[in-house]
Amino acid sequence: MFERISLRRRLVNQLMLGLLFAGAILAAVPFFFISWYVLQKGLGALSVEFFTQTPVGPGQQGGGMANAIVGSSIMLTLASLLGIPWGMAAGIYLSEYGRGKTAQTLRFAVDLLTSVPSIVVGIFIYGVIVIHFGFSAYAGGAALAVIMIPIVARSTEEILKLTPQHIREAGLGLGLPRWRVILRIVLPGSRAALLTGVMLALARVAGETAPLLFTALGNQFFSHSLSEPTSSLPVQIYNFAKSGYPDMEAMAWGGALVLVLFVFIINLVTRALMGMRWN
Amino acid sequence: MELIAVKNLSAWFGEFQALKNISLVAERHEVVALIGPSGCGKSTFVRCLNRLHEEVPGGHLQGEVWLDGQNIYAPGVDPVNVRRGVGMVFQKPNPFPGMSIFENVSVGLRLAGISKRAVLAEKVEQALRQAVLWDEVKDVLKRPGTSLSGGQQQRLCIARALAVEPPVILMDEPTSALDPISTAKIEELIQELKERVTVVIVTHNMQQAARISDRTAFFLLGELVEYGKTDQVFTQPQDERTERYITGRFG
Repeated sequence: MFERISLRRRLVNQLMLGLLFAGAILAAVPFFFISWYVLQKGLGALSVEFFTQTPVGPGQQGGGMANAIVGSSIMLTLASLLGIPWGMAAGIYLSEYGRGKTAQTLRFAVDLLTSVPSIVVGIFIYGVIVIHFGFSAYAGGAALAVIMIPIVARSTEEILKLTPQHIREAGLGLGLPRWRVILRIVLPGSRAALLTGVMLALARVAGETAPLLFTALGNQFFSHSLSEPTSSLPVQIYNFAKSGYPDMEAMAWGGALVLVLFVFIINLVTRALMGMRWN
Repeated sequence: MELIAVKNLSAWFGEFQALKNISLVAERHEVVALIGPSGCGKSTFVRCLNRLHEEVPGGHLQGEVWLDGQNIYAPGVDPVNVRRGVGMVFQKPNPFPGMSIFENVSVGLRLAGISKRAVLAEKVEQALRQAVLWDEVKDVLKRPGTSLSGGQQQRLCIARALAVEPPVILMDEPTSALDPISTAKIEELIQELKERVTVVIVTHNMQQAARISDRTAFFLLGELVEYGKTDQVFTQPQDERTERYITGRFG
């Protein structure tokens, strides 16, 4: 017969399992704390005015962050319009055509760009755009796009590489030119995953503060055009949180809650899409 | 005139020479089996017949391949056009992901410029019937091709290749990922296809080659060792190496 597992082995096993479990719990704890804290502090600040009015001065009643919500939406849209096609083009190139030294170098550069601190991206856009044209939604959108591009590019590349080579060859063998194989077979086959990559990139830049400080600056009112300083949720939160006035700090918590909810919703939608059948 | 005529074909992957000076002809309505141990160049050979070899990084070749009286490697020939006239079936069933059964079969037809719904439907049915899949899928044409079983998927891939009515179909170990029943169905199907097309099939299974082919080519280390009528190759091989291989006394 087989020997019983020794007591020592069972104890060590239990101990190790316990340590791993504790690690998993501890990794998730901040999430629950943050959610709870933000919800508790921010819920009180949310009202109809919060979503419809611009901020008022310290000590005054009412006011909201409508301009920041609109500004963030505008800049995220601008960033997506620029960053998603650009990043996907780069990802498609790296996956489908990128061979040899040049592609290696490009891939490495894109990787490095992913890890460039976002404040540096802000300073970069400040140097190339803001100095010449002033603070604007355009500059803010550009800064966010620069952060999005490498994320979208790398996720696109990794996803497309999951398509087996023989699927591409089946398309080529049927007489489809390479560009049509990519457009009609490779891309549609991974559209859910591609969308996920894009959504996650969007969620990532939605909360960026530093690059917007140098580019969109912020605005206490609605901007009249895209070439004016523009308010955004993260920057507004930042300004209000350090203001020292209790009602402004409450506003900042409200903004934080909206931002966190926005990112949650993006993640949830993405998960739903991932689970969906696309046929 | 013979349908396929290969003349002095050599192929490389970068520095490595995978095919050495191969010459071979095949007639219409024949099944040609390519046998030989792994890495002998038989897959590379079929991939030279539809200009797929050059899609592999470092893949290049020398020599001529005449298909229906035309050298497909003549300067100015568009590989995309060559491939439209040659069907290919791969080792792993590979229906296009995200496409329905119907779309999988109609892709090639649309590419050939057919867009009328009725014509497409008719041709798709015809191809699926030829691939002996129609009865199993006629009610579920809108389902994804990937929802079928492995054997059905492979027959779907055969239907996809047949739809544009090419004179040649290349098969690269089409049954090696399938169970014996699915394999038997596909072997039967190949016999029927012979009436319409020439089939060039790579197989690791010598019994399969003996069962279904009219001619057999034995490849070894990139060389065509022997090529002839299948019964002859299997009963009276001319080359000692062929005999050793088919009797299982190799290496």
